[in-house]
Parts: sequence; structure tokens; C-alpha cells
Amino acid sequence: MFDEARRAVEGALAAGAAYADARVVAGRTESIDVLNGTVQSLDRSDSVGVGVRALIGSSWGFYATADLGDAAVTRAGERAAEIARASASVPGDPLELADVGVVTDDYVTPFDEAPLEVPLGDKVDLLVDVTTTMQGVDGIALAQGSLAFWDTDKWFVSSQGSRIHQRIVESGGGFGATAVGDQETQRRSYPQSFGQFETGGYEVVRRWDFAGNAQRIAEEAAALLSADECPEGEKTLILEGSQLALQIHESVGHAIELDRILGWEAAFAGTSHLELPRLQSHRYGSDLMNITADATLPGALGTFGYDDEGTPAQRVDIVRDGTWVGVLSGRDSAARAGLPPGGMVRADGYNRLPMVRMTNVGILPGDSSLDEMIADTDDGIYMATNRSWSIDDKRLNFQFGTEIGWEIKNGKLGRMLKNPTYTGITPQFWAQLDRLAGPDEWVHWGTPNCGKGQPMQVAHTGHSASPGRFAAVRVGVRG
Amino acid sequence: MTDQQATADRIVEMVGSRAEAEAVVVTGEESLTRFANSFIHQNVGDDVAGAMLRLATGNRVASGTTNRLDDEGLRALVEETLEVASHQPVDPDWPGLASPAPVAVVDNAAAATVGVTPADRAGVVGDFVAAGAGLSAAGYCDTSATTTAFANSLGQRASASTTRATVDGIHQTGVSAGSAHQTSPDFSDLDGAAAGSLAADRAERGRDAFDLKPGEYEVVLAPECAATIALFLAYYGFNGKAVAEGQSFVDMGAQQFDTRVGLRDDAIGPGALGLPFDTEGTPRRPVDFVKDGVTIGAAHDRRTAAKLGAESTGHGGPGSASWGPMPTDMVFEGGVDDVASMIASVDRGLYVSTFNYCRILDPKTQVVTGLTRNGTFMIENGAITGAVSNLRFTQSFLEAVGEGRVLGLGDDLRHADSEFGAGMVRAPSLHLASWNFTGGAEG
Repeated sequence: MFDEARRAVEGALAAGAAYADARVVAGRTESIDVLNGTVQSLDRSDSVGVGVRALIGSSWGFYATADLGDAAVTRAGERAAEIARASASVPGDPLELADVGVVTDDYVTPFDEAPLEVPLGDKVDLLVDVTTTMQGVDGIALAQGSLAFWDTDKWFVSSQGSRIHQRIVESGGGFGATAVGDQETQRRSYPQSFGQFETGGYEVVRRWDFAGNAQRIAEEAAALLSADECPEGEKTLILEGSQLALQIHESVGHAIELDRILGWEAAFAGTSHLELPRLQSHRYGSDLMNITADATLPGALGTFGYDDEGTPAQRVDIVRDGTWVGVLSGRDSAARAGLPPGGMVRADGYNRLPMVRMTNVGILPGDSSLDEMIADTDDGIYMATNRSWSIDDKRLNFQFGTEIGWEIKNGKLGRMLKNPTYTGITPQFWAQLDRLAGPDEWVHWGTPNCGKGQPMQVAHTGHSASPGRFAAVRVGVRG
Repeated sequence: MTDQQATADRIVEMVGSRAEAEAVVVTGEESLTRFANSFIHQNVGDDVAGAMLRLATGNRVASGTTNRLDDEGLRALVEETLEVASHQPVDPDWPGLASPAPVAVVDNAAAATVGVTPADRAGVVGDFVAAGAGLSAAGYCDTSATTTAFANSLGQRASASTTRATVDGIHQTGVSAGSAHQTSPDFSDLDGAAAGSLAADRAERGRDAFDLKPGEYEVVLAPECAATIALFLAYYGFNGKAVAEGQSFVDMGAQQFDTRVGLRDDAIGPGALGLPFDTEGTPRRPVDFVKDGVTIGAAHDRRTAAKLGAESTGHGGPGSASWGPMPTDMVFEGGVDDVASMIASVDRGLYVSTFNYCRILDPKTQVVTGLTRNGTFMIENGAITGAVSNLRFTQSFLEAVGEGRVLGLGDDLRHADSEFGAGMVRAPSLHLASWNFTGGAEG
């Protein structure tokens, strides 16, 4: 496949591109969705194609085709250059690319069990068993489970001479129980609301012990119908790890994307409250806040060998002891900002333009524990598992809802609470972080559905987190 | 016969008598020109090619997709999907294939959109940017032209082409932003200068915004906001799967909305952008969900229709087995009120240009949280008196348009952008008695 990518690059260069790269991507996916013991959908898909990127002046031109014939891929390169050239009628400053080394390499996700080779019957049986268990709990109307697997090969060629093959394998899934009341629905999910996904093989699914958690999850969903509403007011808030992971994703991960900071995503995704002149000095949160973007974490969902520009995976400090020190960047945005390229540019398939995406943006563990935090809280709420999420276009004003909460009084978990919500402003909220659980509770949570870009692209990102405690947070916002 | 139809037929033929089969084939081209900081920075095109196959053998159901449309690729699709199905448990709810039925002959494809070049799109972008001299523009202009064909083993066959063209963007002053949106089947309808002028005007008026105390306010909502309301009601309410599962608010025959509210889905009428059939080959027909405030319908695919004893309305889609049949050509019926008169009738309230990042807290109550964006303005004594900073709201969309709550319906029905993208809703401006704002810029 390197030959097809090379032809595409040559086509773009011959048509006038100053720089070009191409990716041939061959992807196989499998998804299974089971509801109340019955398979709702079982889908396998495969796709292959080439996407070629050409830089002329201030704009990228990009063209993609599924036709890998010699003439078609050459033509795709030419069209990418033609598209880039057409942009010159509404020009900006010429786009430069930060230097990266020329690489010839091969990277394969470490995995034990190739997920698409595990018998389908085993996967279906797992989901049928789990949903049947949940359905057996009084009050559960809907018991749903799903699995999804991606096995993707990429061949990258750049006009600077890089040739990189990667095979990225991702696996995961989850399940949930829904109780339907007269005027409400209540849901509990496991391991988190969108399922848990990691790089790796079917061993990821086995590790999370679906069967051992189905009964508990269903019982909690049923109990929520008669639980008390989350009270309104200002409380000490303890977030379970997967909810803290999503908090990081929304209020840190997107805010530190350099393309947003530079205004390149202003119309759709938005910009950022962060301003480059304040890099190295802006106070993002408390001293406990240490955030990294680490594409090298074994098993995390945002782990790879090279990004889709051929930049090696790396670990970058983002927030150190509460101070903002780093960004997510690609070659063009880094050059514009005068920063080293971070290797954080990826595309959703062969037919999408690579753009700045989160890798594994997570918070390093602290030295406390969930039990210690609860024991040390007089009046608070423990919230677990995301149910809703919303944040403004500068990543400042957020409101999250979780599936379940528990009141904390005098150091003990008390009554169950339904419809928990909390709201805040990013820097004020992170400044209130006063406890963080340690390495034993640190999990590489995966987010399989991060949307960004036009046309819309969906990325798979990782967010390592352990439970954390925040002082004086507004909770119980109602409609 | 189109190539797409021949390919769909070929897939069904390859399956032969081994299974019940339905195939959908889509080809075409999609292109998007994106600008930021007042210049084009990303410009992309894609040869669209894809085939979907769903089959059932002894009620064991599986589906597959591929973008390899040569014989080798299609054969791999067929054989792998058959293999997957053979390992499946029996699906007790498999509704079978759609019988042959006539499909409306609809031409939602505009010739002017099919051959649009990157230079054409750059022209629209240039006009948008130029309309906001001194401001910073960002947005996109895109075009899509695709042909879709369907075939199944019972002999149902259908084919149709659609086009869409959109210009959508903002102008920014540095302290404020304003947006504008245009969508049409016909690229020649796009007026980049007009869109750019509206966005620039909203941005300029947005300077000197102040932080308003959260609370209940009377509102006039632009069509973008009404479109988002319509889609939340549709996806979580008029979705036949949600109805069957008891997760929907829908109560057939009940007065659940203001008597002025009419909501329907129409993929084939004048101005529509949709296909006249769904991925199950069922002819799509206009469906009334709400008429005179009374809930009277829901969207169905064959599975949900069978479950509820209804007929499929032609709303099957690639993900409908999991997510349910989604209306994608919604119409929030317009009225006779012009926006100026709606604003003139407000003593104290807000005009909202767009919503942003809306998420549902509970599908049954339709409580949604989100924010205002790109132009939120104070109305006092019947006139806009200034701009306010973006506000967060936590509001039941169902209650917001409930009985007695709709004070005006605009005469400006058009394709409006929404939380879920362009080209899915036609909506008017909306004057509502109250909206629950729960937070401001400071939380």
C-alpha cells in the first residue's frame, strides 16, 4: 500500500503542492448491540481508501477516494492540490510546518487476542447473559449491552520521505439498565456511560468482568426511581473516576487544542479561554492538578506509534502543579505558535483531513483514596457515571449530570440521590480540587465518541483519572 | 438504470436464495471549504462510495458495509455477512423485508449543485468574509451530491439523487460573535454576502454585552433554536423505538403542545432535501407528529411498526436497529408573525440567535441543558436594547412549547442549522412565554 500512497503524494507535488502526504487506511470494524437478550444489530464493515493532503500557501487541500487504481490515486493527489490552490482567492499568511524527522517504521498495538478472531458466539453469549441478568431485576425495562472492535492498518507516506505502517487495534464495550417510571427514566451503566474502550484485544473485555457487575448495576437503576432528588446548593463534590475523566476531556482537553486557541475551529467547536501569551503562567487549577497528554501509555485508547502526520507519539506536560504549560498541536499549528509539534494530529478514516485531537489527556494520580475522601467529608455528594454533558464554546461554563449520586454526611455515604447535576466555571472549579485518589484507583478511561471538525470527525481519546474531590461546587441544577 | 441500482441488484443477486437480503448503495461527491481568521484554511473533497447489506437467514440477522464496490469487494461483503448471520441467535422480532411498493418520483437534486468547483465555493466564502470588513470570519461552505439505490430479494427497487449546499459562519469582533446560516438543495441559492452581512450585524450589535442575572425570561428564538427543539423532540420522543420502550413523552391523542404547534417530517415535499425511501426500501411519506398541539404520530421503521401494530413510515436508517427510526427532514410549522412584531410585543425578554452544546438530562421530561451563542440580546419595551453574555439554560423543551406557551410563530420558515447539523429541519422563529436560564458567564 505504500506504493499507492506514494503515487498520491507524487500527484500532488506534480500539481504544485509545496508539501504533501497521503494515508492509505484499511479498516475493519465489528459492532454488536443486544437489547433484553436479543441481538439488535450485528454489523461488520470494512473500508479501504487513500486520503491525500496538499499544502499550497495558506491552505490545505485534501481529497480522498476508495479507488486505489494507479490513475485514481494520482488524480486524488492532483485534486488535493487543485483544491488547495482554489483557496488562494481568500488567502491568509502562508502556512509553515514544524520540523519532524524523516521516519521509516512499523508500529503494532500490543494485544493478546485479536478481537475479530474471537468467535462471534462468545461475544453474543456474553451480552445475552448480561442483559438477561439485568432484565431479571424488578423494575428494569431495558437491558442493553454492546461491544465494538476496530482493527485498522495505515500506510503513511510524506513528500519529505517518511514511510510508516501502523496497525491500531481497539476493543471494548459496556452495558446498561434502564428503569422507566411514569414521568422519568433512570439508567445505570458499566463500566461507564459509553462503555470502556482501550487499545488492545479482546482481553480488554474480559478484564472488565461484565457478568460480575450486571446484577448490581440493574439494582441501582431500579432503586433510582424511588431515590430522593439531588439537593440544590453548594456542596463538597467527589467525582468517580470516569466522570472526572470526562470533566478533563471537556474542560481541559478541548481547551488546550492549539487549533482552537488559534481560532481555526471558531465557528463550530469554538475557541478557548486560554491565550498563548499566558502559557507557562496561567493558573488552571490547584497544586494537585498535573495533566499530561501521553500517547505512549500502554493500553490507553489514545495510544499509537505515530500520529497521522508522521510525528512520533510522545508525552507532553499540559498542567504542572496547577499551571498551564502545554498544548495539543500538529505541525502547522505548532509552527504558527512557535512551539514544538506534539504529534497529536489524527483523522477519522482515510477520507477525513487530519486535525488536532486529544491523545491520552489525563490527570496524574494523587495520594488519597476514595474511602479517605469520603471519610474526610462532612457534607457532600459523591457522583458517578456521566449522564449529560454541556460546556460553552470557550470551555469555561459547564454543566454535567451523572447517573447516580450518594449523599455524604459526617464522613459516611448515605442515601442514594437521583438526577445529580453540578455546574461551574473551569478555572474556579479546578482551583477547588483538594483531594485526588492514588495510583491504585487510576484508570485509563476511554472516550470513543469525541466529535470535532467539519465534516464531523469522531476520535477515540483516552483520559486517565482517579476519583477526585472539589470544594464548594453548585449542585442540583434543575429545569 | 443507474450504476448504483445495478450494484444494489448485484448484491442481492449474489446472496440469491441463501437469505432474505436488502442492499443500499450510495455514491457521489461531498466537498467542504472551511475558513477561519477570514481565510480558507481547510478545503476537502471525498468520492463517496458505500454499500450496506442486511440479510436474514432463518431469522438470523446480520449486516455489513463496505466501500469496495467491485465484484470482489461485494462478494466479500456478501459472504462475510452470511457467515456472521449463521452464528446468530434467532431474532424473534425480525420483521421481514419490505414488499414491492411504488416510491414517489422526487427530484431533490439541483443541477447547479452537482458540478460545483472549489473555486465556486471559495466565491461564496469570499463574499461572506467581505461582508464583515474589519471583523474575523469563520465557517464553511459545503456541497453534497449523492445517488442512493435500494434493492431487496422481494423485488423492491428504488433509486434517487439528492443535493445540498450550505454556507454557515460567524463574524467576530474580538468580544462578540454573530452567526448566519443558509441551506438549500441548490447551490445557486446561496448568498454569501447576505449571510455574511447578517453575521456581521449580529456581531457588531453584540459588543458591550453585559452579564444578565439568570432566571425565567420571555424569549424570541431564531429558527436555529427552534430547529434544535424540534430535533430533540423528534429523536427522543417521536422516535418509534423510544415510544415502544416507554422512554418517550409521546401520549397519542393528547394535547401535549400549544395549539399553535405543528410538527411533521417531510422528506419529499417542495424544498425537502431527503430521499423518497429508507434503508429498508419503504417509501417515505410525510408524517404528522403534532397537529394543533395534539400528538398524533411517530416515526417507524419495520421493526418498531411491527412492535406497535403500526405501518412503517419509511424512517429506517443505518443505525435504527439500535437508535430507533429518526426523523431527519423535520418541519416545525411556521406562522404569520414577522420577527419585528414578535420583538415588539415583548416587555422584557431575550432574543437568542443560536443554541450551543445542548444535552438531554432525561428523555421523558425533555429537560435539556445548553447555552446561547453567537448573539443573545436584551429586549425591553418592545425593542432590542443591547447584548447580553451567553447564558446557560436548563429547560424542558416539551414544557417550553406546551399549552399556552407559544406566543408567536414566525413567517420565516427556512432550512435552519441545529445541534445535529445542517439540512435536517425547516423551522421558523419562535416567541415563547418563558425560558429557564440557570447560569451566566460567571456560573
